[in-house]
Amino acid sequence: MADLARRARWRRRLSIGARYLLLVVVAALVLFPIYAAVMVSQKPLTALGDLDVLVPDSPDLGGFADAFDDSNMTRYLLNSLIVSVLITAGQVVTSILAGYAFAALRFPAKAALFYLFLATLMVPGEVNIVVNLETIQRLGWIDSYQALVVPFLAFAVGTFLLRQAFLGIPQDLRDAAAMDGYGHWGFLTRVAVPLARPTIAGLSVFSFLLAWNQYLWPLVVTNDDDFRTVQIGLRALRDEAGSNLNLLMSATILASLPILVVLVLFERQLIRGLTAGSIKG
Amino acid sequence: MTVSGPIGIEEARATAALRGRRQRRGEVALAAALLAPSLAVFGVFTFYPLLRTIWLGFFLQDPFGLRSRWVGLDQYRDVLGSADFLNSLEVTFLFALYTVPTSLAAGLALAVLADQHLPGMRIFRTIFASTVATSVAVASLLWLVLLQPSAGLINQFLDAIGRDPVDLLNDPDTALPAVAATTVWQNLGVVFIVTLAAMQSIPEVLHESAKVDGHGTWSRFRHITLPMLGPQLLFLTVVLTINAFQSFGQIDILTEGGPSESTNVLVYSLVQTLPIDPGRAAAQAVVLFVVIGVLSFVQFKWLDRRVHYG
Repeated sequence: MADLARRARWRRRLSIGARYLLLVVVAALVLFPIYAAVMVSQKPLTALGDLDVLVPDSPDLGGFADAFDDSNMTRYLLNSLIVSVLITAGQVVTSILAGYAFAALRFPAKAALFYLFLATLMVPGEVNIVVNLETIQRLGWIDSYQALVVPFLAFAVGTFLLRQAFLGIPQDLRDAAAMDGYGHWGFLTRVAVPLARPTIAGLSVFSFLLAWNQYLWPLVVTNDDDFRTVQIGLRALRDEAGSNLNLLMSATILASLPILVVLVLFERQLIRGLTAGSIKG
Repeated sequence: MTVSGPIGIEEARATAALRGRRQRRGEVALAAALLAPSLAVFGVFTFYPLLRTIWLGFFLQDPFGLRSRWVGLDQYRDVLGSADFLNSLEVTFLFALYTVPTSLAAGLALAVLADQHLPGMRIFRTIFASTVATSVAVASLLWLVLLQPSAGLINQFLDAIGRDPVDLLNDPDTALPAVAATTVWQNLGVVFIVTLAAMQSIPEVLHESAKVDGHGTWSRFRHITLPMLGPQLLFLTVVLTINAFQSFGQIDILTEGGPSESTNVLVYSLVQTLPIDPGRAAAQAVVLFVVIGVLSFVQFKWLDRRVHYG
Protein backbone atom coordinates (compact mmCIF):
# COMPACT_ATOMS: atom_id res chain seq x y z
CA MET A 1 0.00 0.00 0.00
CA ALA A 2 2.70 2.47 1.06
CA ASP A 3 4.78 1.25 -1.84
CA LEU A 4 1.99 2.02 -4.28
CA ALA A 5 1.51 5.52 -2.89
CA ARG A 6 5.23 6.20 -3.11
CA ARG A 7 5.31 5.01 -6.69
CA ALA A 8 2.34 7.22 -7.58
CA ARG A 9 4.03 10.17 -5.93
CA TRP A 10 7.19 9.52 -7.91
CA ARG A 11 5.30 9.24 -11.16
CA ARG A 12 3.59 12.53 -10.38
CA ARG A 13 6.89 14.26 -9.69
CA LEU A 14 8.38 12.83 -12.84
CA SER A 15 5.44 14.01 -14.90
CA ILE A 16 5.68 17.50 -13.43
CA GLY A 17 9.40 17.53 -14.17
CA ALA A 18 8.77 16.44 -17.75
CA ARG A 19 6.14 19.13 -18.18
CA TYR A 20 8.52 21.84 -16.94
CA LEU A 21 11.26 20.52 -19.22
CA LEU A 22 8.93 20.74 -22.20
CA LEU A 23 7.85 24.26 -21.24
CA VAL A 24 11.44 25.43 -20.87
CA VAL A 25 12.50 23.96 -24.21
CA VAL A 26 9.54 25.48 -26.05
CA ALA A 27 10.02 28.85 -24.34
CA ALA A 28 13.69 28.81 -25.38
CA LEU A 29 12.69 28.11 -28.99
CA VAL A 30 10.16 30.95 -29.01
CA LEU A 31 12.63 33.37 -27.44
CA PHE A 32 15.62 32.29 -29.52
CA PRO A 33 15.51 35.07 -32.16
CA ILE A 34 15.16 37.68 -29.40
CA TYR A 35 17.96 36.11 -27.34
CA ALA A 36 20.25 35.93 -30.35
CA ALA A 37 19.55 39.56 -31.20
CA VAL A 38 20.29 40.71 -27.64
CA MET A 39 23.58 38.79 -27.64
CA VAL A 40 24.60 40.13 -31.04
CA SER A 41 23.74 43.68 -30.01
CA GLN A 42 26.11 43.46 -27.03
CA LYS A 43 29.13 42.11 -28.84
CA PRO A 44 31.75 44.10 -30.70
CA LEU A 45 31.67 43.79 -34.44
CA THR A 46 34.76 41.58 -34.41
CA ALA A 47 32.97 38.91 -32.39
CA LEU A 48 30.37 38.36 -35.12
CA GLY A 49 30.87 35.47 -37.47
CA ASP A 50 31.28 32.93 -34.71
CA LEU A 51 28.76 30.87 -32.74
CA ASP A 52 30.45 32.05 -29.54
CA VAL A 53 28.49 35.24 -30.04
CA LEU A 54 25.60 33.42 -28.34
CA VAL A 55 27.51 33.03 -25.08
CA PRO A 56 26.74 35.84 -22.63
CA ASP A 57 29.79 37.98 -21.90
CA SER A 58 30.40 41.31 -20.28
CA PRO A 59 28.16 43.49 -22.46
CA ASP A 60 29.67 45.93 -24.91
CA LEU A 61 27.06 48.60 -25.46
CA GLY A 62 28.90 50.19 -28.38
CA GLY A 63 26.15 49.14 -30.78
CA PHE A 64 23.58 51.10 -28.79
CA ALA A 65 25.82 54.15 -28.69
CA ASP A 66 26.34 53.84 -32.46
CA ALA A 67 22.60 53.52 -33.00
CA PHE A 68 22.11 56.89 -31.31
CA ASP A 69 25.19 58.57 -32.78
CA ASP A 70 25.25 57.31 -36.37
CA SER A 71 21.56 57.39 -37.01
CA ASN A 72 18.56 59.51 -36.30
CA MET A 73 17.37 57.02 -33.67
CA THR A 74 16.40 59.62 -31.06
CA ARG A 75 14.30 61.47 -33.63
CA TYR A 76 12.69 58.22 -34.89
CA LEU A 77 11.73 57.13 -31.38
CA LEU A 78 10.37 60.57 -30.51
CA ASN A 79 8.31 60.66 -33.72
CA SER A 80 6.84 57.25 -33.04
CA LEU A 81 5.97 58.28 -29.50
CA ILE A 82 4.28 61.52 -30.60
CA VAL A 83 2.35 59.85 -33.40
CA SER A 84 1.26 56.83 -31.34
CA VAL A 85 0.12 58.91 -28.37
CA LEU A 86 -1.88 61.25 -30.62
CA ILE A 87 -3.50 58.36 -32.49
CA THR A 88 -4.35 56.55 -29.24
CA ALA A 89 -5.85 59.64 -27.60
CA GLY A 90 -7.79 60.50 -30.75
CA GLN A 91 -9.18 56.99 -31.18
CA VAL A 92 -10.24 56.80 -27.54
CA VAL A 93 -12.09 60.14 -27.75
CA THR A 94 -13.88 59.49 -31.05
CA SER A 95 -14.74 55.94 -29.96
CA ILE A 96 -16.25 57.16 -26.68
CA LEU A 97 -18.37 59.72 -28.51
CA ALA A 98 -19.59 57.41 -31.27
CA GLY A 99 -19.95 54.43 -28.92
CA TYR A 100 -22.20 56.47 -26.65
CA ALA A 101 -24.35 57.62 -29.54
CA PHE A 102 -24.89 54.01 -30.65
CA ALA A 103 -25.52 52.77 -27.10
CA ALA A 104 -27.74 55.45 -25.59
CA LEU A 105 -29.35 57.68 -28.21
CA ARG A 106 -32.25 57.20 -30.57
CA PHE A 107 -31.82 58.60 -34.05
CA PRO A 108 -32.80 57.71 -37.60
CA ALA A 109 -30.75 55.16 -39.62
CA LYS A 110 -28.94 54.04 -36.44
CA ALA A 111 -28.56 50.41 -37.51
CA ALA A 112 -27.43 51.39 -41.01
CA LEU A 113 -24.83 53.79 -39.61
CA PHE A 114 -23.58 51.14 -37.20
CA TYR A 115 -23.08 48.71 -40.08
CA LEU A 116 -21.33 51.48 -42.00
CA PHE A 117 -18.86 51.77 -39.10
CA LEU A 118 -18.28 48.02 -39.06
CA ALA A 119 -17.90 48.04 -42.85
CA THR A 120 -14.73 50.13 -42.46
CA LEU A 121 -13.11 47.01 -40.99
CA MET A 122 -13.63 45.25 -44.31
CA VAL A 123 -11.57 47.79 -46.25
CA PRO A 124 -7.85 47.14 -45.85
CA GLY A 125 -5.74 50.29 -45.70
CA GLU A 126 -3.54 48.88 -48.46
CA VAL A 127 -6.47 49.09 -50.89
CA ASN A 128 -6.98 52.80 -50.21
CA ILE A 129 -3.33 53.73 -50.33
CA VAL A 130 -3.40 55.08 -53.89
CA VAL A 131 -6.08 57.68 -53.22
CA ASN A 132 -5.10 58.43 -49.62
CA LEU A 133 -1.60 59.28 -50.78
CA GLU A 134 -3.13 61.58 -53.40
CA THR A 135 -5.26 63.24 -50.67
CA ILE A 136 -2.23 63.79 -48.44
CA GLN A 137 -0.29 65.27 -51.35
CA ARG A 138 -3.15 67.65 -52.19
CA LEU A 139 -3.37 68.77 -48.57
CA GLY A 140 0.37 69.40 -48.63
CA TRP A 141 0.78 67.05 -45.70
CA ILE A 142 3.66 64.92 -46.98
CA ASP A 143 6.30 64.87 -44.22
CA SER A 144 4.04 66.05 -41.40
CA TYR A 145 2.54 64.65 -38.23
CA GLN A 146 -0.97 65.29 -39.58
CA ALA A 147 -0.35 62.80 -42.38
CA LEU A 148 0.71 60.16 -39.87
CA VAL A 149 -2.13 60.79 -37.40
CA VAL A 150 -5.32 62.20 -38.94
CA PRO A 151 -6.30 59.20 -41.13
CA PHE A 152 -6.39 57.02 -37.99
CA LEU A 153 -8.49 59.22 -35.74
CA ALA A 154 -11.55 56.96 -35.98
CA PHE A 155 -11.62 53.27 -35.12
CA ALA A 156 -14.58 50.94 -35.59
CA VAL A 157 -13.26 48.34 -33.14
CA GLY A 158 -13.01 51.02 -30.44
CA THR A 159 -16.51 52.30 -31.17
CA PHE A 160 -17.83 48.73 -30.96
CA LEU A 161 -16.06 47.98 -27.67
CA LEU A 162 -17.27 51.20 -26.02
CA ARG A 163 -20.79 50.68 -27.28
CA GLN A 164 -20.75 47.27 -25.58
CA ALA A 165 -19.37 48.78 -22.39
CA PHE A 166 -22.01 51.55 -22.33
CA LEU A 167 -24.81 49.06 -23.06
CA GLY A 168 -23.70 47.15 -19.96
CA ILE A 169 -24.45 50.09 -17.65
CA PRO A 170 -27.69 49.34 -15.74
CA GLN A 171 -30.74 51.41 -16.63
CA ASP A 172 -31.16 52.21 -12.92
CA LEU A 173 -27.99 54.27 -12.96
CA ARG A 174 -29.22 56.16 -16.00
CA ASP A 175 -32.51 56.88 -14.24
CA ALA A 176 -30.77 57.95 -11.06
CA ALA A 177 -28.53 60.31 -13.01
CA ALA A 178 -31.59 61.76 -14.76
CA MET A 179 -33.21 62.34 -11.36
CA ASP A 180 -30.10 64.26 -10.34
CA GLY A 181 -30.58 66.45 -13.36
CA TYR A 182 -27.80 65.02 -15.53
CA GLY A 183 -28.39 65.26 -19.23
CA HIS A 184 -26.67 62.94 -21.72
CA TRP A 185 -23.41 64.88 -21.60
CA GLY A 186 -23.26 64.91 -17.81
CA PHE A 187 -24.10 61.22 -17.66
CA LEU A 188 -21.45 60.40 -20.29
CA THR A 189 -18.62 62.32 -18.66
CA ARG A 190 -19.39 61.64 -14.99
CA VAL A 191 -20.90 58.16 -15.00
CA ALA A 192 -20.46 56.26 -18.26
CA VAL A 193 -16.79 57.04 -18.98
CA PRO A 194 -15.57 56.27 -15.43
CA LEU A 195 -17.51 52.99 -15.50
CA ALA A 196 -16.02 52.06 -18.89
CA ARG A 197 -12.45 52.57 -17.67
CA PRO A 198 -11.37 48.92 -18.10
CA THR A 199 -12.57 48.94 -21.71
CA ILE A 200 -10.89 52.29 -22.34
CA ALA A 201 -7.62 50.95 -20.88
CA GLY A 202 -7.76 47.86 -23.11
CA LEU A 203 -8.52 49.95 -26.18
CA SER A 204 -5.68 52.37 -25.37
CA VAL A 205 -3.08 49.63 -25.15
CA PHE A 206 -4.37 47.99 -28.32
CA SER A 207 -4.44 51.28 -30.25
CA PHE A 208 -0.95 52.24 -29.07
CA LEU A 209 0.44 48.87 -30.17
CA LEU A 210 -1.14 49.12 -33.62
CA ALA A 211 -0.01 52.73 -34.05
CA TRP A 212 3.56 52.07 -32.90
CA ASN A 213 3.92 49.10 -35.25
CA GLN A 214 2.55 50.72 -38.42
CA TYR A 215 4.73 50.22 -41.45
CA LEU A 216 3.32 50.85 -44.92
CA TRP A 217 1.53 54.17 -44.34
CA PRO A 218 4.44 55.99 -42.61
CA LEU A 219 6.73 54.65 -45.33
CA VAL A 220 4.59 56.14 -48.09
CA VAL A 221 3.85 59.58 -46.59
CA THR A 222 7.33 60.45 -45.31
CA ASN A 223 10.49 61.19 -47.28
CA ASP A 224 12.20 63.44 -44.76
CA ASP A 225 14.24 61.64 -42.14
CA ASP A 226 12.91 64.06 -39.51
CA PHE A 227 9.39 62.68 -39.84
CA ARG A 228 10.20 59.00 -40.07
CA THR A 229 8.80 56.75 -37.39
CA VAL A 230 11.08 54.19 -35.82
CA GLN A 231 9.78 51.32 -38.00
CA ILE A 232 10.74 53.19 -41.16
CA GLY A 233 13.97 54.27 -39.51
CA LEU A 234 14.83 50.60 -39.01
CA ARG A 235 14.27 49.98 -42.69
CA ALA A 236 16.62 52.83 -43.59
CA LEU A 237 19.17 51.51 -41.12
CA ARG A 238 18.96 48.04 -42.63
CA ASP A 239 20.08 49.52 -45.95
CA GLU A 240 22.79 51.66 -44.39
CA ALA A 241 24.17 49.22 -41.84
CA GLY A 242 24.57 46.32 -44.28
CA SER A 243 26.10 43.43 -42.40
CA ASN A 244 26.78 45.50 -39.28
CA LEU A 245 24.39 43.29 -37.34
CA ASN A 246 25.41 44.62 -33.99
CA LEU A 247 24.31 48.18 -34.80
CA LEU A 248 21.18 46.88 -36.50
CA MET A 249 20.17 44.68 -33.56
CA SER A 250 20.80 47.46 -31.07
CA ALA A 251 18.44 49.69 -33.04
CA THR A 252 15.88 46.88 -33.33
CA ILE A 253 15.91 46.32 -29.57
CA LEU A 254 15.57 50.06 -28.94
CA ALA A 255 12.56 50.11 -31.25
CA SER A 256 10.84 47.32 -29.33
CA LEU A 257 11.62 48.52 -25.79
CA PRO A 258 8.66 50.92 -25.48
CA ILE A 259 6.27 48.19 -26.62
CA LEU A 260 7.87 45.71 -24.25
CA VAL A 261 7.31 48.14 -21.38
CA VAL A 262 3.67 48.58 -22.43
CA LEU A 263 3.25 44.80 -22.65
CA VAL A 264 4.71 44.11 -19.22
CA LEU A 265 2.78 46.93 -17.52
CA PHE A 266 -0.54 46.41 -19.26
CA GLU A 267 -0.56 42.72 -20.23
CA ARG A 268 -4.02 42.18 -18.76
CA GLN A 269 -5.53 45.19 -20.54
CA LEU A 270 -3.94 44.17 -23.81
CA ILE A 271 -5.26 40.62 -23.55
CA ARG A 272 -8.70 41.99 -22.83
CA GLY A 273 -8.43 44.23 -25.87
CA LEU A 274 -7.21 41.42 -28.12
CA THR A 275 -9.73 38.84 -26.97
CA ALA A 276 -12.79 41.08 -26.67
CA GLY A 277 -13.31 41.14 -30.41
CA SER A 278 -13.12 37.39 -30.79
CA ILE A 279 -14.94 36.22 -27.69
CA LYS A 280 -17.68 38.70 -27.00
CA GLY A 281 -18.16 39.47 -30.69
CA MET B 1 -62.01 65.09 -27.14
CA THR B 2 -65.33 63.73 -25.96
CA VAL B 3 -64.20 62.37 -22.68
CA SER B 4 -63.05 65.28 -20.64
CA GLY B 5 -60.70 64.54 -17.84
CA PRO B 6 -59.42 66.96 -15.31
CA ILE B 7 -57.88 69.82 -17.19
CA GLY B 8 -54.58 69.62 -15.35
CA ILE B 9 -53.88 66.10 -16.68
CA GLU B 10 -54.71 67.03 -20.27
CA GLU B 11 -52.34 69.93 -20.10
CA ALA B 12 -49.62 67.87 -18.53
CA ARG B 13 -49.98 65.29 -21.30
CA ALA B 14 -49.72 67.93 -23.98
CA THR B 15 -46.60 69.50 -22.53
CA ALA B 16 -45.05 66.05 -21.97
CA ALA B 17 -45.59 65.20 -25.65
CA LEU B 18 -44.10 68.51 -26.66
CA ARG B 19 -41.15 68.02 -24.38
CA GLY B 20 -40.74 64.49 -25.72
CA ARG B 21 -40.59 65.73 -29.28
CA ARG B 22 -38.12 68.44 -28.40
CA GLN B 23 -36.07 65.95 -26.45
CA ARG B 24 -36.03 63.57 -29.38
CA ARG B 25 -34.91 66.32 -31.74
CA GLY B 26 -32.20 67.18 -29.22
CA GLU B 27 -31.15 63.54 -29.16
CA VAL B 28 -30.78 63.43 -32.95
CA ALA B 29 -28.69 66.60 -32.90
CA LEU B 30 -26.51 65.20 -30.12
CA ALA B 31 -26.08 61.91 -31.97
CA ALA B 32 -25.03 63.79 -35.10
CA ALA B 33 -22.47 65.76 -33.10
CA LEU B 34 -21.08 62.64 -31.42
CA LEU B 35 -20.81 60.69 -34.67
CA ALA B 36 -19.46 63.56 -36.75
CA PRO B 37 -15.73 63.18 -35.94
CA SER B 38 -15.66 59.46 -36.74
CA LEU B 39 -17.84 59.85 -39.83
CA ALA B 40 -15.62 62.65 -41.16
CA VAL B 41 -12.47 60.52 -40.82
CA PHE B 42 -14.12 57.42 -42.30
CA GLY B 43 -15.63 59.47 -45.10
CA VAL B 44 -12.38 61.09 -46.17
CA PHE B 45 -9.96 58.20 -45.56
CA THR B 46 -12.04 55.04 -46.05
CA PHE B 47 -15.17 55.47 -48.20
CA TYR B 48 -14.16 58.27 -50.56
CA PRO B 49 -10.83 56.58 -51.43
CA LEU B 50 -12.53 53.21 -51.97
CA LEU B 51 -14.95 54.71 -54.50
CA ARG B 52 -12.29 56.86 -56.16
CA THR B 53 -9.90 53.91 -56.40
CA ILE B 54 -12.51 51.95 -58.36
CA TRP B 55 -13.08 55.03 -60.55
CA LEU B 56 -9.35 55.59 -61.16
CA GLY B 57 -9.04 52.00 -62.32
CA PHE B 58 -11.10 52.93 -65.37
CA PHE B 59 -8.47 55.42 -66.57
CA LEU B 60 -5.26 54.73 -68.40
CA GLN B 61 -2.45 57.11 -67.52
CA ASP B 62 0.21 57.99 -70.08
CA PRO B 63 3.76 57.26 -68.94
CA PHE B 64 4.35 60.86 -67.85
CA GLY B 65 1.18 61.02 -65.78
CA LEU B 66 0.02 64.09 -67.68
CA ARG B 67 -3.18 62.91 -69.28
CA SER B 68 -5.46 60.07 -68.49
CA ARG B 69 -7.87 58.38 -70.84
CA TRP B 70 -11.06 56.47 -70.03
CA VAL B 71 -10.55 52.82 -70.95
CA GLY B 72 -13.42 51.26 -69.00
CA LEU B 73 -12.73 47.74 -67.84
CA ASP B 74 -9.71 47.32 -70.12
CA GLN B 75 -7.21 48.18 -67.42
CA TYR B 76 -8.78 45.72 -64.98
CA ARG B 77 -8.74 43.04 -67.68
CA ASP B 78 -5.12 43.92 -68.42
CA VAL B 79 -4.11 43.61 -64.76
CA LEU B 80 -5.96 40.32 -64.31
CA GLY B 81 -4.33 38.83 -67.40
CA SER B 82 -0.77 40.06 -66.81
CA ALA B 83 1.97 37.60 -65.92
CA ASP B 84 3.17 39.87 -63.10
CA PHE B 85 -0.21 39.90 -61.44
CA LEU B 86 -0.72 36.15 -61.75
CA ASN B 87 2.72 35.60 -60.24
CA SER B 88 1.92 37.93 -57.34
CA LEU B 89 -1.41 36.21 -56.78
CA GLU B 90 0.25 32.80 -56.69
CA VAL B 91 3.02 34.00 -54.38
CA THR B 92 0.48 35.57 -52.01
CA PHE B 93 -1.67 32.42 -51.93
CA LEU B 94 1.42 30.35 -51.18
CA PHE B 95 2.41 32.79 -48.47
CA ALA B 96 -1.02 32.43 -46.84
CA LEU B 97 -0.78 28.64 -47.19
CA TYR B 98 2.65 28.61 -45.53
CA THR B 99 1.71 30.96 -42.70
CA VAL B 100 -1.94 30.47 -41.68
CA PRO B 101 -2.19 26.74 -40.79
CA THR B 102 1.29 26.68 -39.20
CA SER B 103 0.60 29.80 -37.10
CA LEU B 104 -2.69 28.31 -35.89
CA ALA B 105 -1.21 24.92 -35.04
CA ALA B 106 1.87 26.31 -33.31
CA GLY B 107 -0.01 28.99 -31.36
CA LEU B 108 -2.61 26.44 -30.29
CA ALA B 109 0.12 24.06 -29.15
CA LEU B 110 1.59 26.84 -27.01
CA ALA B 111 -1.85 27.50 -25.50
CA VAL B 112 -2.31 23.80 -24.64
CA LEU B 113 1.11 23.81 -22.96
CA ALA B 114 0.31 26.94 -20.97
CA ASP B 115 -3.18 25.79 -19.94
CA GLN B 116 -1.92 23.90 -16.88
CA HIS B 117 -1.92 24.75 -13.22
CA LEU B 118 1.75 24.79 -12.32
CA PRO B 119 3.69 27.34 -10.30
CA GLY B 120 5.51 29.89 -12.45
CA MET B 121 3.11 29.46 -15.37
CA ARG B 122 2.74 33.25 -15.61
CA ILE B 123 6.33 33.57 -16.83
CA PHE B 124 5.79 31.02 -19.58
CA ARG B 125 2.56 32.72 -20.62
CA THR B 126 4.34 36.07 -20.89
CA ILE B 127 7.10 34.48 -23.00
CA PHE B 128 4.62 32.76 -25.32
CA ALA B 129 2.65 35.97 -25.74
CA SER B 130 5.78 38.07 -26.24
CA THR B 131 5.90 38.00 -30.04
CA VAL B 132 2.66 39.99 -30.10
CA ALA B 133 4.79 42.98 -29.11
CA THR B 134 7.00 42.79 -32.18
CA SER B 135 6.27 44.89 -35.22
CA VAL B 136 6.76 43.47 -38.68
CA ALA B 137 9.98 45.46 -39.04
CA VAL B 138 11.32 44.27 -35.68
CA ALA B 139 10.40 40.62 -36.32
CA SER B 140 12.01 40.69 -39.77
CA LEU B 141 15.22 42.25 -38.47
CA LEU B 142 15.44 39.85 -35.49
CA TRP B 143 15.34 36.97 -37.93
CA LEU B 144 18.07 38.57 -39.97
CA VAL B 145 20.44 37.52 -37.17
CA LEU B 146 19.68 33.95 -38.23
CA LEU B 147 19.24 34.41 -41.97
CA GLN B 148 21.91 36.94 -42.92
CA PRO B 149 24.34 35.17 -45.28
CA SER B 150 27.75 36.35 -43.99
CA ALA B 151 27.33 36.81 -40.23
CA GLY B 152 23.97 35.04 -39.72
CA LEU B 153 23.76 32.24 -37.18
CA ILE B 154 22.39 29.61 -39.55
CA ASN B 155 25.52 29.79 -41.65
CA GLN B 156 27.74 29.92 -38.54
CA PHE B 157 26.08 26.72 -37.43
CA LEU B 158 26.41 25.07 -40.84
CA ASP B 159 30.04 26.08 -40.91
CA ALA B 160 30.62 24.59 -37.45
CA ILE B 161 29.26 21.22 -38.54
CA GLY B 162 31.20 21.37 -41.79
CA ARG B 163 28.38 22.06 -44.24
CA ASP B 164 28.20 24.56 -47.09
CA PRO B 165 26.64 27.93 -46.30
CA VAL B 166 23.17 28.72 -47.57
CA ASP B 167 21.55 31.98 -48.60
CA LEU B 168 17.90 31.26 -47.89
CA LEU B 169 16.65 34.76 -48.72
CA ASN B 170 18.48 34.77 -52.04
CA ASP B 171 17.30 31.45 -53.39
CA PRO B 172 13.99 31.45 -55.30
CA ASP B 173 13.10 28.07 -53.78
CA THR B 174 13.62 29.06 -50.14
CA ALA B 175 13.05 32.83 -49.98
CA LEU B 176 9.28 32.67 -49.52
CA PRO B 177 9.34 29.88 -46.89
CA ALA B 178 12.07 31.78 -45.02
CA VAL B 179 9.99 34.98 -44.96
CA ALA B 180 6.96 32.89 -43.97
CA ALA B 181 8.88 31.49 -40.99
CA THR B 182 9.41 35.00 -39.64
CA THR B 183 5.69 35.72 -40.03
CA VAL B 184 4.64 32.48 -38.30
CA TRP B 185 6.88 33.40 -35.39
CA GLN B 186 5.35 36.87 -35.25
CA ASN B 187 1.82 35.40 -35.32
CA LEU B 188 2.47 33.02 -32.40
CA GLY B 189 1.66 35.62 -29.74
CA VAL B 190 -1.77 36.61 -30.96
CA VAL B 191 -2.90 33.03 -31.68
CA PHE B 192 -1.63 31.99 -28.24
CA ILE B 193 -3.42 34.83 -26.43
CA VAL B 194 -6.77 34.34 -28.15
CA THR B 195 -6.84 30.52 -27.90
CA LEU B 196 -5.59 30.42 -24.30
CA ALA B 197 -8.27 32.90 -23.20
CA ALA B 198 -10.90 30.74 -24.89
CA MET B 199 -9.54 27.53 -23.35
CA GLN B 200 -9.71 29.03 -19.89
CA SER B 201 -13.35 29.90 -20.38
CA ILE B 202 -14.24 26.24 -21.07
CA PRO B 203 -16.09 25.00 -17.94
CA GLU B 204 -13.84 22.71 -15.90
CA VAL B 205 -16.78 20.36 -15.36
CA LEU B 206 -16.72 19.28 -19.02
CA HIS B 207 -13.18 17.97 -18.69
CA GLU B 208 -13.92 16.41 -15.31
CA SER B 209 -16.90 14.43 -16.50
CA ALA B 210 -15.05 13.30 -19.63
CA LYS B 211 -12.21 12.12 -17.38
CA VAL B 212 -14.71 10.13 -15.34
CA ASP B 213 -15.96 8.56 -18.57
CA GLY B 214 -12.40 7.39 -19.22
CA HIS B 215 -11.37 9.87 -21.95
CA GLY B 216 -7.63 10.50 -22.16
CA THR B 217 -5.83 13.78 -22.76
CA TRP B 218 -5.89 13.53 -26.55
CA SER B 219 -9.53 12.47 -26.68
CA ARG B 220 -10.54 15.36 -24.43
CA PHE B 221 -8.55 17.80 -26.60
CA ARG B 222 -10.11 16.41 -29.77
CA HIS B 223 -13.70 16.26 -28.53
CA ILE B 224 -13.97 19.10 -26.01
CA THR B 225 -11.22 21.72 -26.40
CA LEU B 226 -11.09 21.86 -30.19
CA PRO B 227 -14.87 22.13 -30.77
CA MET B 228 -15.19 24.73 -28.00
CA LEU B 229 -12.47 26.81 -29.69
CA GLY B 230 -14.37 26.79 -33.01
CA PRO B 231 -15.40 30.46 -33.03
CA GLN B 232 -11.91 31.66 -32.07
CA LEU B 233 -10.20 29.44 -34.65
CA LEU B 234 -12.58 30.69 -37.33
CA PHE B 235 -11.88 34.29 -36.31
CA LEU B 236 -8.12 33.70 -36.33
CA THR B 237 -8.18 31.89 -39.68
CA VAL B 238 -9.95 34.80 -41.34
CA VAL B 239 -7.79 37.46 -39.66
CA LEU B 240 -4.50 35.68 -40.39
CA THR B 241 -5.50 35.08 -44.01
CA ILE B 242 -6.36 38.76 -44.44
CA ASN B 243 -3.03 39.65 -42.82
CA ALA B 244 -1.19 37.32 -45.18
CA PHE B 245 -2.85 39.02 -48.16
CA GLN B 246 -1.82 42.43 -46.77
CA SER B 247 1.76 41.44 -46.03
CA PHE B 248 4.31 44.00 -47.12
CA GLY B 249 6.84 44.90 -44.42
CA GLN B 250 8.55 41.54 -44.14
CA ILE B 251 9.00 41.42 -47.93
CA ASP B 252 10.19 45.03 -48.06
CA ILE B 253 12.85 44.41 -45.39
CA LEU B 254 13.97 40.87 -46.15
CA THR B 255 13.77 40.27 -49.91
CA GLU B 256 12.35 43.30 -51.77
CA GLY B 257 10.21 40.98 -53.84
CA GLY B 258 13.09 38.90 -55.12
CA PRO B 259 14.90 36.77 -56.01
CA SER B 260 13.36 36.59 -59.49
CA GLU B 261 9.96 37.78 -58.21
CA SER B 262 9.58 34.73 -55.97
CA THR B 263 8.40 36.86 -53.03
CA ASN B 264 6.64 39.64 -54.94
CA VAL B 265 3.31 39.56 -53.06
CA LEU B 266 0.28 41.58 -54.18
CA VAL B 267 0.79 44.59 -51.89
CA TYR B 268 4.51 44.79 -52.65
CA SER B 269 3.77 44.81 -56.36
CA LEU B 270 1.04 47.45 -55.82
CA VAL B 271 3.39 49.76 -53.92
CA GLN B 272 6.02 49.40 -56.65
CA THR B 273 3.48 50.32 -59.33
CA LEU B 274 2.12 53.29 -57.35
CA PRO B 275 4.69 55.98 -58.23
CA ILE B 276 5.00 54.82 -61.85
CA ASP B 277 1.37 54.33 -62.79
CA PRO B 278 -1.29 55.30 -60.22
CA GLY B 279 -4.14 54.23 -62.51
CA ARG B 280 -2.80 50.71 -62.79
CA ALA B 281 -2.04 50.66 -59.06
CA ALA B 282 -5.68 51.60 -58.44
CA ALA B 283 -6.85 48.68 -60.58
CA GLN B 284 -4.49 46.38 -58.66
CA ALA B 285 -5.89 47.72 -55.37
CA VAL B 286 -9.47 47.00 -56.43
CA VAL B 287 -8.52 43.46 -57.43
CA LEU B 288 -6.81 43.02 -54.05
CA PHE B 289 -9.95 44.26 -52.31
CA VAL B 290 -12.14 41.80 -54.21
CA VAL B 291 -9.75 38.89 -53.58
CA ILE B 292 -9.65 39.58 -49.83
CA GLY B 293 -13.42 40.07 -49.70
CA VAL B 294 -14.21 36.85 -51.58
CA LEU B 295 -11.72 34.86 -49.52
CA SER B 296 -13.11 36.11 -46.19
CA PHE B 297 -16.66 35.43 -47.36
CA VAL B 298 -15.84 31.88 -48.50
CA GLN B 299 -13.98 31.12 -45.27
CA PHE B 300 -16.88 32.38 -43.18
CA LYS B 301 -19.48 30.42 -45.18
CA TRP B 302 -17.46 27.25 -45.35
CA LEU B 303 -16.08 27.23 -41.81
CA ASP B 304 -19.09 28.70 -40.06
CA ARG B 305 -21.10 25.53 -40.72
CA ARG B 306 -18.44 23.51 -38.94
CA VAL B 307 -18.25 25.80 -35.96
CA HIS B 308 -20.15 25.10 -32.78
CA TYR B 309 -21.23 28.25 -30.96
CA GLY B 310 -21.53 27.34 -27.29
